[in-house]
Amino acid sequence: MAQKAVELILMRQLASYLAVPIFLVDTDGNLLYYNEPAEHLLGRRYDETGEMPLAEWSTAFTPTAEDGRPIPREELALSIALQKWRPTHRALVIRGFDGVARRIAVTALPLEGQGRRRLGAVAIFWEEHVS
Amino acid sequence: MRLTLWGTRGSLAAAGPETVRYGGNTSCVEVRTADGSVLVLDAGTGVRRLGAVLQGGACRVDILLTHLHMDHIQGLGFFAPFFERDRAVHIWGPPSTTQALRERLTRYLSPPLFPVRLRELPCRLDLHDVPLEDFEIGPFRVSAALVCHPGPTVGYRITAGGASLAYLPDHEPALGLGRLPGAPDWISGLALAAGADVLVHDAQYSTVEYVDHVGWGHSAVTHALAFATVAGVRRLVTFHHDPDHDDDTLTRLLDEACAGAAFPFQLVPGTEGLSMDVGEPQRGFREGSLD
Repeated sequence: MAQKAVELILMRQLASYLAVPIFLVDTDGNLLYYNEPAEHLLGRRYDETGEMPLAEWSTAFTPTAEDGRPIPREELALSIALQKWRPTHRALVIRGFDGVARRIAVTALPLEGQGRRRLGAVAIFWEEHVS
Repeated sequence: MRLTLWGTRGSLAAAGPETVRYGGNTSCVEVRTADGSVLVLDAGTGVRRLGAVLQGGACRVDILLTHLHMDHIQGLGFFAPFFERDRAVHIWGPPSTTQALRERLTRYLSPPLFPVRLRELPCRLDLHDVPLEDFEIGPFRVSAALVCHPGPTVGYRITAGGASLAYLPDHEPALGLGRLPGAPDWISGLALAAGADVLVHDAQYSTVEYVDHVGWGHSAVTHALAFATVAGVRRLVTFHHDPDHDDDTLTRLLDEACAGAAFPFQLVPGTEGLSMDVGEPQRGFREGSLD
């Protein structure tokens, strides 16, 4: 198993202490980690899912736009952050592993480490309650 | 490949009768092969005495800095080969996203902190950002990787003649982890240390002290033991001793951390002046215990 870059290790450690949901992926978009607040929105503990390929997680939550249109993988905020290497924000609806649909807002940021190494991306997201 | 500890103290030099056994000089380790090739790991105050040994020699000197905290560079201005005309000296340091190594070192090696400027040194000085991948210096194969410590900090793995040394003098692999060890690929520095013949590792605090120093970039003795266990090293040399710990305290901390435990490696307290063959077991230390 390849050693994770220290910036990813520190990102995971920070995420594990934060109360906002955080989702961490590598440069290929594969899921590396999500924290406890994210577990609540995704409907499953990270210990149960573990690391997961992009192809799996990007469809597992059946992401849809607010008008109900399915969002293709390449239009997910994390995919855009990785492909265009810029911060991205969007709102969407996901269905968690627990089967519950939730409207969330996502801000994804590329992670660039020492020596300008591209390491992956992190998404901070939160549930939006329609008033 | 032979290893000699010229400075084992962390944070600040701590000279005095109460520290003569473990030593008071800050981080500096010499690595030497049978053909006389030399690597210097860090340039704390211990590098001054090493410089006297190297003075007058013809061989190129490579100094590998783990990071630029003062206790790892303070001896640079007193390193004799710097002042030898045409002596080849190379300094390797961790890359920064903002400033070149020369600019960062010049902050110290220039007035008012130091009377001699880096550019005024008579030696043939070359500075390099450490590649974060394998590279070679003479007979040494060097791996560098960023590790858990405030600011850009690398650990090193040095391999030569079939023997391997991992050097992580300032390292907090326990930071943020609920327990150490966790999943191996999420442990900072583990790939550098895996299976090494000798691991020189940060062991600055007691477990109680660590609680008040989380995030400072250092390890408790128990963390060093756990890290060495999961890394599967043959020998662990404790290093970067807290300047407030006298000789008796350091021995007591190691005794307490080892009480009733057996480790799959030989534990060697890092004492200034200690010299060992990296590929051979150290005599006088029992497997898995201190005495």
